[in-house]
Amino acid sequence: MRRFIQDLAEENHNQATHLLQILRAIQTRYHYVPMDAIEQLAGLLHIPRTQIISVVEFYSFFHLNPRGQYELLISDSITDHMLGKINLTGYLAKQLNVAVGAVREDGVVSLDNTSCTGMCDQGPAGLVNGYPLTRLDQPRIDRIADLINQQRPLNEWPRELFQVNDNLIKSGLLLGHTIAPGEALEATFKRGFQQTLAEINQSGLRGRGGAGYTTGLKWHLCYEGPEEDAFCDIATQKRQPRYVICNADEGEPGTFKDRVLLNSFAHQVFEGMTVCAAIIDATHGFLYLRGEYLFLYDKLQTILGERRQAGLLGNNILGQGFDFDIEIRLGAGAYICGEESALIESLEGKMGIPRNRPPYPVTQGYLGKPTVVNNVETFLAAAGIAVYGSDWFASVGTEKSKGTKILSISGDCSQPGIYEYLFGTTIQAILNDCGAADVLGVQVGGPSGTFISSQELNRKLAFEDLATGGSFIIFNNTRNILDAVHNFTHFFAHESCGFCTPCRVGTSLLKKQLDKIVEGHGSAGDVVALEELCQLVKNHSHCGLGQTAANPILTTLERYPEIYQSQLKKISYEPGFDLDGALETARRMANRNDAGAHLAQTAEDHE
Amino acid sequence: MTNKIRVATTSLAGCFGCHMSFLDLDERLVQLAEVVEFDRSPITDIKHCTNCDIGLIEGGVCNSENVHVLREFRKNCKILVAVGACAINGGLPALRNFIPLEECLAEAYLDGIGVENPQIPSDPELPLLLDKVYPIHEVVKIDYFLPGCPPSADVFWKFLSDLIEGRDPSLPYELVHYD
Repeated sequence: MRRFIQDLAEENHNQATHLLQILRAIQTRYHYVPMDAIEQLAGLLHIPRTQIISVVEFYSFFHLNPRGQYELLISDSITDHMLGKINLTGYLAKQLNVAVGAVREDGVVSLDNTSCTGMCDQGPAGLVNGYPLTRLDQPRIDRIADLINQQRPLNEWPRELFQVNDNLIKSGLLLGHTIAPGEALEATFKRGFQQTLAEINQSGLRGRGGAGYTTGLKWHLCYEGPEEDAFCDIATQKRQPRYVICNADEGEPGTFKDRVLLNSFAHQVFEGMTVCAAIIDATHGFLYLRGEYLFLYDKLQTILGERRQAGLLGNNILGQGFDFDIEIRLGAGAYICGEESALIESLEGKMGIPRNRPPYPVTQGYLGKPTVVNNVETFLAAAGIAVYGSDWFASVGTEKSKGTKILSISGDCSQPGIYEYLFGTTIQAILNDCGAADVLGVQVGGPSGTFISSQELNRKLAFEDLATGGSFIIFNNTRNILDAVHNFTHFFAHESCGFCTPCRVGTSLLKKQLDKIVEGHGSAGDVVALEELCQLVKNHSHCGLGQTAANPILTTLERYPEIYQSQLKKISYEPGFDLDGALETARRMANRNDAGAHLAQTAEDHE
Repeated sequence: MTNKIRVATTSLAGCFGCHMSFLDLDERLVQLAEVVEFDRSPITDIKHCTNCDIGLIEGGVCNSENVHVLREFRKNCKILVAVGACAINGGLPALRNFIPLEECLAEAYLDGIGVENPQIPSDPELPLLLDKVYPIHEVVKIDYFLPGCPPSADVFWKFLSDLIEGRDPSLPYELVHYD
């Protein structure tokens, strides 16, 4: 192992910023990160061992204790649940003779849940040693269990188990008018950088990750750099490195558009990054690819290679004396790394804890240098605008939301998949297209977004009304909305980075309080307490995760107070845990079973 | 006399530190006694509650007796107050929550250094331990929470003055600011 670690560190130039990539390689080879490896790495990378341990503990895909040689993870998105995930996981556990959350005694296989893997249109889904398994059903699970029990290597498994479909159903402005490799760069060089930035500005393009910051302004601010640089001469400013980062850490449950964009439109995404680099004068770019999309890694590397061959990347791009290259870095299972400053921390090889803002990444981003972080779809759109011009984009959409939005549609509809819509389209029109009937409501923008009821289907897709990063989950009237709220609330508690108390403790308390009500132990005061807790978590958390973690409860409590009320008991109070059960260990050890060794669940029962 | 506000107090899984802090009211106790009468409390040594206006609970819930006492308070007190860190969060006694109860009991009564005649105490008069130490609001409905370890005498004074004078109790930042 010493040799392996040493070579690995050397391949990564003994750079601590590469820690995640190094740990990924160790986890893949040994199925955990051994303490010896950590000790050795600490020496090679010149960082404290505790820093490495904290990173291992932070990311879901790293483990300090051995996992199975076949590490199975089943996606825990609400869409997987709607497709029968619970029963299938139970069946799988039985076939493999392993408990969920455990490693089988022979060490061959481990089974656990994982947050949404971005296969909502082809679930229930899972991952085996990081590679996606889609459309799981009993026959597939039987095959998987056989393959594992025979210990067949992954490369001998039938390809169709790993088949991931684009399901691109409706193309619009962007996906219907893709560009040829190099086209946007040629247009940019021809038009001039400042002119192209002006086009991006005039197009009204806003960030597609959900927050909707004006893209042209972000690029402009990054080009300007920190205020203190403004007093330096141009030559000094030029020496300041700048970075372009494409955020492909698509973790919001129900979102999978970036997977399709990178699978089928990667050239255009990379081209958008390169155009941005030309404008802001960056020489280095990163694609931060979520760990769940490992299967795209080789393909994307090939495309980068093609682009270097074609003179679209590397030194002296298109003979214009402009140097820029892109590096792909993989995440390791942390939703929070979709937050831009947490993503940058992760790129630097650290725990993904959001930074204090300001300063914003545009002035102090990766390694403290000016950095543009944009969503995959934003770069795709920017490349389109560089070729077709701002009017092409700005002529459609609404006043404050120009252009189109690519949606990942899943849940109760006959045709889940990728749909591109003009901003301003009504929810009803979208539901008609994808074959959704008997709709109870739609979760727009994922768990951190909004739940809208069937009374609000005339609302519009737009930053002015319903903003979304692309997640669009449909529920029909057979669904219990509390199941979704329960799933989302547990998701946030799991994904909280643990940095600030309102979120770390608050999301766990939300989970506990909601469970109490959902499981039927709640009484009138419990809903009031839940609401107060929601406000506290929302108003006092450090970053967007905590600020939106209460949204599933708040948006449904507002629309369906009666559903919550119907769960409540008509008594003043009942504990949320089994009081008599809590005495069981002591009862057994003291060998008692008298009346005094038991407790009634409520004081009322007692009388 | 009958017009006095009736107050009961107790300590569950606590250290009586909150009660000691309450006694730090010092000469203000005399003022308080003009409007308040104590019911069940370590101060009076009355063993059971009768109808009260305010119940002050120190400490978390660690055993079956704590549950019974807490329920007696809830039944008899119009306003029930969680006093101090242990009542609110489990506090110091809840450090055992990270160790399975089985191991705690084994260490204390069976395997620990210096244990003679190892046996788990078993007597109907002894309350059984709960698997964990719980904050009191997870066992009964609680109306107010006084933070602090312990809450200062000023916190008790401000809170009780507010209640007694019919105001909605509120604690200014200075009283709940600890560092």
